[in-house]
Amino acid sequence: MGTIVFFYFAGVIVATAALVVALRSPVYSALALLVMFFHVAGLFVTLHAEFLAIIQILVYAGAILVLYLFVVMLLNLKREERFQHQLTVGLFLGCMLFAEAVLLVAKGKTSLGMNLPAPGEFTQLTQGNTESIGELLYSTYLFPFEIASLILLVAMVGAVILTKKGILEAKS
Amino acid sequence: MDTGIRLALTLSQIGVVMGIVLLTVALLTLLERKVLGWMQDRMGPMEVGPYGVLQPVADGLKLFFKEDIIPAGANKFMFSMAPVLSLVPALIGFAVIPFGPDWTIEVGGVAFKPFVITDINIGILYILAFASIGAYGVILGGWSSNSKYSLLGGLRSAAQLISYELNVGLSLVGVLLLSGSLSLVTITNAQEGGFWNWYFFAFPFPQAVAFVVFIISSVAETNRTPFDLPEAESELVAGFFTEYSGMRFAFFFLAEYANMILVSCVATVLFFGGWHAPFAFLQGPESLHWLTGMIWFTIKVYGFLFLFFWLRATLPRLRYDQLMRFGWKVLLPIALGNIVLTSIFAYIFSGN
Repeated sequence: MGTIVFFYFAGVIVATAALVVALRSPVYSALALLVMFFHVAGLFVTLHAEFLAIIQILVYAGAILVLYLFVVMLLNLKREERFQHQLTVGLFLGCMLFAEAVLLVAKGKTSLGMNLPAPGEFTQLTQGNTESIGELLYSTYLFPFEIASLILLVAMVGAVILTKKGILEAKS
Repeated sequence: MDTGIRLALTLSQIGVVMGIVLLTVALLTLLERKVLGWMQDRMGPMEVGPYGVLQPVADGLKLFFKEDIIPAGANKFMFSMAPVLSLVPALIGFAVIPFGPDWTIEVGGVAFKPFVITDINIGILYILAFASIGAYGVILGGWSSNSKYSLLGGLRSAAQLISYELNVGLSLVGVLLLSGSLSLVTITNAQEGGFWNWYFFAFPFPQAVAFVVFIISSVAETNRTPFDLPEAESELVAGFFTEYSGMRFAFFFLAEYANMILVSCVATVLFFGGWHAPFAFLQGPESLHWLTGMIWFTIKVYGFLFLFFWLRATLPRLRYDQLMRFGWKVLLPIALGNIVLTSIFAYIFSGN
């Protein structure tokens, strides 16, 4: 049963991910991406990671993709501008990522050096999902977490400066 | 066998909840017009049935038999998808709302909670996530209609939903800090005993300010006056659903009202004790908790729905830039400040 569910989710994820790049209309691509986000969330649920599943929908589907659609509608790109030839770059990056994935699975370790769990085995949490993630973030991974928030802050300040060009020019 | 019983139970539960929600929507359409009528010193609908009580039936029949028009040049697939994408997220949120006591009964060897469809440990995030999915229906409906009014309405709505979603989420964090849980059932149970335990009044830091932020933001998220810019009739005809008619229009309409009910339910559960009575003795004996609980829940929800109508009758519409400035420069700092203060008080009084 679990295997069937996994292959359903995995199959749909691969198919819709391919559609995102293959479809001609950016709005249809966005919708394919939406379907993919929901199936990734489903995959998280089968792994007993409900918190991640709902954050996947809340952040990616509910906020980022909506913003993306917003931009697509405002830009209203002409036909010829829609397509850019990035096949070489894409192929290079794709091969790199694929090689990395194969390497990690072959070594049986994650990028942080932890052992990958054997298939079908999952860690039994003593407390809820959300609490476990919170504890890990604020103890073991406190430093990466703080760096991530600093980067986000810089990005926010950058966005404000980019949109408010007048502020800097008035000073100089 | 167990799976079959569980499936039957859950499906019938979903059916009952959906039925009640849709009936409430029908009732609300009449109630809104009546309340607005009384506030503006007129009668409201009076033609169909005694005092116009059959008006929702007439409206429903009219919408059902209206010609379904798809405008020329519209994207047909998106045009018919959008109303569904708008209605489904509005209805799906009711799955985690506890309408009555947290009882577990056994039916044919299957444990079953009669008053909540499912008690997941991330209930409130679930509601927030699907509320944000509702924006797709609005944006795609506006975009696919091939009409300038619709497109402008859809764009406005997208910006508004994204901005105010944030405030809704942040205003709830205080309650989550005090209760230490994301499950709506646990949050309701923590507010037992009397109105001074409701998070609106609760020790150590009453969430009254957060509640005001929440209510204002949710009025904006449900596109109601004074934040109904996406459908401002004086500028945009009817906003993103200008081109819709018949059942597709009805779907958008149902979604708006279902969202109002959902928001009222969330406000009731998080800030006003859910199904708990303001005084313990008003709850009645233990065996009657299901009845008094549902009655109190209904009273509170209808109180909030009345507030929605009241606001609509009282306030003029905001201008677009006022709306954005208010959301980002007033509500957001208040919500963040509330989180900081709540965490400080919760830390001081938690005893460690």
